[in-house]
Amino acid sequence: MNLKNQDIISINDFSKEDLLHILKIAKSMEKPKPALLKNKIMSTLFFEPSTRTRLSFIYAMESLGGEVLGFDSASSSSAKKGESLWDTAKIVEKYCDIMVIRHPVEGAARLAAEASGKPVINAGDGANQHPTQTLLDLYTIQKVKGTLNSLSIGMVGDLKYGRTVHSLTAAMSYFNPTFYFIAPQALQMPQTYLDELKEKGIKFVTESNLQKVSNKLDILYVTRIQKERFPDPVEYEKYKGYYKLDTKLLENVKKDLKIMHPLPRVDEMDKSLDNTPYAVYFEQAANGIPIRRALLALVLGKTK
Amino acid sequence: MKKELTISAIKDGTVIDHIPSNATFKVADILDLKSIKSMVSVATNLPSKHIGKKGIVKIEGKYLTQEEVNKIAIVAPDATVNIIENYGVKKKLRVSIPNQISRVIKCSNPNCITNVEKIETRFSVLSKNPFKIRCHYCERDMNKEDIEIV
Repeated sequence: MNLKNQDIISINDFSKEDLLHILKIAKSMEKPKPALLKNKIMSTLFFEPSTRTRLSFIYAMESLGGEVLGFDSASSSSAKKGESLWDTAKIVEKYCDIMVIRHPVEGAARLAAEASGKPVINAGDGANQHPTQTLLDLYTIQKVKGTLNSLSIGMVGDLKYGRTVHSLTAAMSYFNPTFYFIAPQALQMPQTYLDELKEKGIKFVTESNLQKVSNKLDILYVTRIQKERFPDPVEYEKYKGYYKLDTKLLENVKKDLKIMHPLPRVDEMDKSLDNTPYAVYFEQAANGIPIRRALLALVLGKTK
Repeated sequence: MKKELTISAIKDGTVIDHIPSNATFKVADILDLKSIKSMVSVATNLPSKHIGKKGIVKIEGKYLTQEEVNKIAIVAPDATVNIIENYGVKKKLRVSIPNQISRVIKCSNPNCITNVEKIETRFSVLSKNPFKIRCHYCERDMNKEDIEIV
């Protein structure tokens, strides 16, 4: 797929070849290219707060020589005055060459892309999609394991509401994985995703006890129990401290296990893990830069 | 024959029969019959051997296309559609679930943009039997029991 002028909305829009192509371009974008996107303007429409995603988009654009304008909360945009997202997108398209949007409502990025004549990158739409996160997760796995193929991937934490684990499951499904979904029953991977894996003939195990499967894993992807996604605060209280991973976890694991986390973390992963060779989550966050550079350059037609 | 005459026969147009009674007015809505200028008869709660109570819609002077017929598949999958010419049945159309569904269904996800902004819903049909659709916007899957007609 030629990504020039294409919207980047959902990981489900990409084929295996598309994903591999983006990862290849990202590899060539590890260093800044200060002239590549000169005279291009990226607007950031952030209707909800985000540190990593917004800053890394801004840094990625500026390190390619482009310029940035935008807002970082709904209260500083016209949404506060009741303007529809459709209208906001129609207006902002006149000020920029590419738009990056984060919005708390699912499907918002797709709608903004339909309203806008300029390409749109989804930087997270509620519990739905966050494709640049998924791409940087794939990029990290490829970098630390040398391959994406035939890996045993454990996911632990909130698998019910966590969009990162849903998208990563969909994307990794192209690469013959074995999944270990580790969560209490109430936060397990939704049945609809499990049904899809069954249809595709992909191996998976659901388990509530991490210790039982930790020795099988090549990658352990840890997620936060997200307070903001719980419809019922009582439910949240019940599960918020369910997993607390520390160095005890490492007694039984493969030597080359790598632990990932989309961050921010709360208390599900102890700091004592940070300086072990297993932890790659800070490197993972940094991998957002080459991925976002690659997408900006591809969509703006400055690389193929 | 007597039952058929509960509402008058039409000369040219479309007759939709065997609509479940509770879906009769939804069919009228989906096909936007209120905007049709010719004679339209809508009858509901008629006795039916097959489905207990049924609805019938007769539209004078308008021939529904297969695409239009498919729009009612969600609410009246077993309806029969006859195209009438000069009081006789010229063609029978079968209702079949389309690959894309617009407007008719409400997304069951309250946090979907279609429930926040005034835009038409769109779904792609993943499977016809069992019925499963995916929202074009929030990408949530819905089964038959999740469906609410707009």
